[in-house]
Amino acid sequence: MRLSPDELIFWQHGFFKINATLVYTWALMCLLVLGATLITSRLSNGTRSSRWHGLLEIVVTSIEEQIKAVGLNQPQKYLPFLGTLFLFLAMASICTIIPGYEPPTGSLSTTTALALSVFMAVPFFGIEEQGLGSYLKSYMQPAVIMLPFNIIGEFSRTLALAIRLFGNMMSGALIVGILLTITPFIFPVVMTLLGLLTGLVQAYIFFILAGVYIAAATRVHKPRHK
Amino acid sequence: MVIDWFTVIAQAINFLILIWLMKRFLYKPVLAAIDAREKKIADELADAAAKMTEAKADRDAFQRKNDEFDKQRSDLWARAVGEAKVERQRLIDEARKEADSLKVKRQELLLDDTRSIMQSISRLTQQTVFDTTRKILTDLAGTSLEAGISEVFAQKLRAISSPDKEVFAAALMTATEPALVCSAVELPEEHRRAIGKALNETFSIDAHLRFETAPDLIGGIELSVNGQNLSWTVSDYLLSMNTEVAELIKKRFASLPFSSTPASTDRTDVESSQ
Repeated sequence: MRLSPDELIFWQHGFFKINATLVYTWALMCLLVLGATLITSRLSNGTRSSRWHGLLEIVVTSIEEQIKAVGLNQPQKYLPFLGTLFLFLAMASICTIIPGYEPPTGSLSTTTALALSVFMAVPFFGIEEQGLGSYLKSYMQPAVIMLPFNIIGEFSRTLALAIRLFGNMMSGALIVGILLTITPFIFPVVMTLLGLLTGLVQAYIFFILAGVYIAAATRVHKPRHK
Repeated sequence: MVIDWFTVIAQAINFLILIWLMKRFLYKPVLAAIDAREKKIADELADAAAKMTEAKADRDAFQRKNDEFDKQRSDLWARAVGEAKVERQRLIDEARKEADSLKVKRQELLLDDTRSIMQSISRLTQQTVFDTTRKILTDLAGTSLEAGISEVFAQKLRAISSPDKEVFAAALMTATEPALVCSAVELPEEHRRAIGKALNETFSIDAHLRFETAPDLIGGIELSVNGQNLSWTVSDYLLSMNTEVAELIKKRFASLPFSSTPASTDRTDVESSQ
């Protein structure tokens, strides 16, 4: 039994390899980009638009509103990163209804890569917003003694992001795989639906947590004595 | 359960590529479309607001013009009513003047008729009295009326006093034509001589006379010379009767609804000549 799509390797040459995780990721990327291209290629500036366009607008504006809700006042600036994060994770979960499909998020490598992306994005946006000095100072808040704990917290939350997502996605796929061998008819369908819900919730959690971390990093610290 | 670091790196790169692709093919076009639509809606709303403002201004202008029109209509109506009143008054005055004029004309016609009737009555009365008197005198005294009239006229000539006598004498003296003696009927020769004698004796001249008949005189004789007249007629005796008849006619006029008292009833005694 395979716990991760990483283990299914199609091609390997030394360090380089093409496994199922990468293939499914590319498939998802193609699906997302082609779908967006198809829908947006028929955009019109009039008051009438297609249903798919309306759906796309609802998705985009909802993501924008959620970004704003976590405290980021310029949602369009963070929309490409956070929005893509959510859409990729959500699409990876939704596609679990396709038989034979394994979500790339069920791979610890994928979730680690996404968590590392968030880990890198947080200081990137923080420094961009506050400047390097101010951002680094934030690690020494509220006191200098907190510096190691803040650094540890930074790493641990990244690890938590990766493990949480991986655990949920992997467990869902694993449960469906196990149930398929025991009760191959109705029950796996129900569990798939449950896994779909869990996956969407996890996508939302990952997206919101990433947004919260970035919001915390971009928040300008004002001196208390003023 | 190990982390495949090649896969981690590849997935991170994949994710970065996906971010760029999604930004290029999804977020930018969708946000641009939303912005364009919002701008279009905002423009249309602004345009609608502008049109509404314009429409309100037009409505206000129309209302103002309507009010002005109502006011002008009221003014014109009031002016027309005033002019109609003036015109009505003018027409009434004109009609009244015309009625007054017609009334005056009618009164004048009535007066003319009255005068004519009075003249006829007077003439008829004189003729009747003259005929009656002539018959009475012939029957009772065996003399004619003309003889009596001639005698009375002769006596009147002899009894003429100053200053009429001097005026008449001067007229006789300066006359280039014979004095004219008019009577209703042709006088007999003896009466003509009696009148001539009385004239000569009174004025101490030898006057030449010319005798003519004038039916209008009815009962009387008139002497005319050089613009001076001396006469005697029975009409003098009928003067009171003429006055009474005139009074009677005056009363009858007064009882008519359309007439007032004749302006000059005194003019009815036109025959009261000397």
